Amino acid sequence: MTVEQPVLEARGIVKVFGQHRALDKVDFAANAGEVHALLGENGAGKSTLIKILTGAYQPDGGDLLLDGQPIHLRDPLHGQTYGIGTVYQEVNLLPNRSVSENLFLGRQPSRFGLVDRKRIDAQARDLLTRYGLDIDVRADLSEYSVAVQQIVAIARAVELSGKVLVLDEPTASLDRNEVQRLFDVVRGLKAKGLAIIFITHFLDQVFELADRVTILRNGKKVATQALDTLNTTDVVRMMLGKDVAFEHHPSALSGATKGAVRVEFQQIGRKGMAPFDLAVHEGEVVGVAGLLGSGRTEVARLMFGVDTSDGGQVRVDGQPVTIRNPAQAVAAGFGFCPEDRKIDGIFGDLSVRENIIIALQAKLGWFRALNRDDQIELAGRYAEALDIRAADHDMPVKLLSGGNQQKVILARWLAIDPTFLILDEPTRGIDVGAHAEIVRTINRLREEGLALFVISSELDEVVAYSNRIVVMRDREMVAELDGDTIAPDAIVRAIAGTAPGKPQEARP
Amino acid sequence: MTRPTVDLRPTTQPPMPRARPIASFFTRPQVIALAAVLLVNWLLFPGFFTITWQDGRFFGSLIDVLNRGAPVAILAIGMTMVIATKGVDLSVGAVMAISGATAATLVTSGVPAPVAVFAALGTGLLCGLWNGILVTVLEIQPIIATLVLMVAGRGLAQLITEGYIVTFSDPLLIFIGTGSFLGFPMPVVIAALLMILATLIVRRTALGLLIEAVGVNRSAARFAGLSAGALLLIVYTFAGFCAAISGLIVAGDIRGADANNAGLWLELDAILAVVIGGTSLMGGRFSIPMAVLGAMIIQAMNTGILISGFSPEFNLVVKSAVIIVILVLQSPISARLFRRLPGAQK
Repeated sequence: MTVEQPVLEARGIVKVFGQHRALDKVDFAANAGEVHALLGENGAGKSTLIKILTGAYQPDGGDLLLDGQPIHLRDPLHGQTYGIGTVYQEVNLLPNRSVSENLFLGRQPSRFGLVDRKRIDAQARDLLTRYGLDIDVRADLSEYSVAVQQIVAIARAVELSGKVLVLDEPTASLDRNEVQRLFDVVRGLKAKGLAIIFITHFLDQVFELADRVTILRNGKKVATQALDTLNTTDVVRMMLGKDVAFEHHPSALSGATKGAVRVEFQQIGRKGMAPFDLAVHEGEVVGVAGLLGSGRTEVARLMFGVDTSDGGQVRVDGQPVTIRNPAQAVAAGFGFCPEDRKIDGIFGDLSVRENIIIALQAKLGWFRALNRDDQIELAGRYAEALDIRAADHDMPVKLLSGGNQQKVILARWLAIDPTFLILDEPTRGIDVGAHAEIVRTINRLREEGLALFVISSELDEVVAYSNRIVVMRDREMVAELDGDTIAPDAIVRAIAGTAPGKPQEARP
Repeated sequence: MTRPTVDLRPTTQPPMPRARPIASFFTRPQVIALAAVLLVNWLLFPGFFTITWQDGRFFGSLIDVLNRGAPVAILAIGMTMVIATKGVDLSVGAVMAISGATAATLVTSGVPAPVAVFAALGTGLLCGLWNGILVTVLEIQPIIATLVLMVAGRGLAQLITEGYIVTFSDPLLIFIGTGSFLGFPMPVVIAALLMILATLIVRRTALGLLIEAVGVNRSAARFAGLSAGALLLIVYTFAGFCAAISGLIVAGDIRGADANNAGLWLELDAILAVVIGGTSLMGGRFSIPMAVLGAMIIQAMNTGILISGFSPEFNLVVKSAVIIVILVLQSPISARLFRRLPGAQK
């Protein structure tokens, strides 16, 4: 399998954004005639690595080698001249121009300074026949399916570069047949000796198509291995964390001390998300494990009314409540720290104080305004409790670090005295110190009797604070683990779908 | 949970800065700009600051600036809140025409004047509500949604007046446009009252904060449980209401409703006043009094050019020059420059 010299090699790549080390001495090598999959959860550093390999980013340390020669890529265009082409998930071609124009844009064969339409159409037809496409190349690109557009994009990238092809989530919007068609094209290119780097979060596709896999986690390379030596469980384990350091303390978390049911969801679901039942008790943390795209965030959005459920029922302390929008969820005592802090959480230009009191104010309504003294007192109390470091509470929250912004959102929800708190990736993208504090805060809130629902890609983190863990796969809750059954192996197997978790049947 | 980190922080929060000291009010670019424009006016026309008392009311160029600037100031009060939500209302000029036409037509057909006034205000509210529905329910971009009424509104006004300039001699309507209270012209009194009332309402209730939150980040507002839709409806309806008041004043002033020209292009002056007042078109932080100040800057320039004897065409050039200066003073770049000056830091 191993070829003596890789086509494209990265050695000890380091990339730092602000204080965040996105890539930490990562090695990567793609050989001629192989499909090399790159795997990792959100924030693992996949896209940063790809951007460095294609020239979109410059590394802060380490070397890139092409055929053994060191290269420095200024930008993706420069990368193309070295033979490195990229196809992104959303096809970035011109939908309102013809297929042939898209293929030859920027290098049209011309006659007397004019574009020679006949010749580019003929060349385009030739080219696409080699990819098994027999289509009218004069028609607008937008008239064809995403799969065809994807193949056109690949054809263009290969024509322009022809040594290394990077496919960034190419199958995300394709159906099964289209995926197969795309894979045939990729296999053809592989046989021609191209090095293909394949990024996806569909594990089955990795096993179907790729020869080797490199797994990243938290900016570090976990492993590069041939896939025929691995099974799904191994891969999931490597993606989610080494052999999970088990800090699960059964005394505090055993099912015996469970309080009354605070919140109960029955048959909540919508198109593309299988209905689920879930009850969360007083003083209980329900953790969610599952890969990216497994439906974790969708569950949280349904619970909070960001998306409306097609049916089912929600009960708070036994009383049925209607939750069709976030305002109703807040009225029912729910809080939600969304995954994307900047877009869905923070009011950047408003002050720290206003960011903390805003949900309570929204709950109180327009006419029961918190006066300045109330606001200062509330903000002071929760900033103290969560150790929010801000020079003063009148400064815009956008000036705070990511960890402190996250604590501000947490403070916002604590201020409404919630019954049920949903945290979606509460520790993503924040520094190690704040990370530990948020985990401690979750533990403390549980001890104080709150019901929590916490989503995290960090398996050891979920294990550390959860009384119960639900496992998601393919937009469905496939298993539920509690008490002694919370073992990393069991979770990993449930995520990978290689063994049924507990009661519910797992899909093969 | 006691942690040693607590010791690392100051034991007490630094004292919160209370309301801004008066001194910082006078160093705001808008205040400096207004002072500069007034000073230039005084140099051009030495009698500019002279105010006389005659027939139970004040007279003078300064009063004239306030009086002529009142309609735009009133529009700006409504516009400020719309712009704070990251929206814009292009229809206020047309709504002025509709409101004037409604009042004039009703009065001339024998309806009691107070009823006509309430009807005019009511049509303003309805127009604003219409805009609000387009923006919230149909989710049309504000600039397009209000463009509809900007164009159609003039037509509506003409339908109401049946194409004529409807003149009237009703004392109440004329009083709204030209009367006086405690020596001040009615438009000034109305604008000042509306400014105080609107400021009190948004700052004493939570409306102001919630409006700013929606303007800063609509998605986060939704996640925080705010009903952005209801807030937007209120804001656009209020802008329509303000436009109706302006429409009544303008109609009363000329003792007639001119569907073609009443409030023409005033939406642009109102937007300008808001921007000069420091409310960003990107939404968020807003100040109603500063927007009114912006309207006064615009009117002071208009008056200055008029009394100096320059041709009115000159007006537009001077206006744009002053606006550029104010916007440059407000830009982040100049803020950074000022900070570098010694002694200028907070």
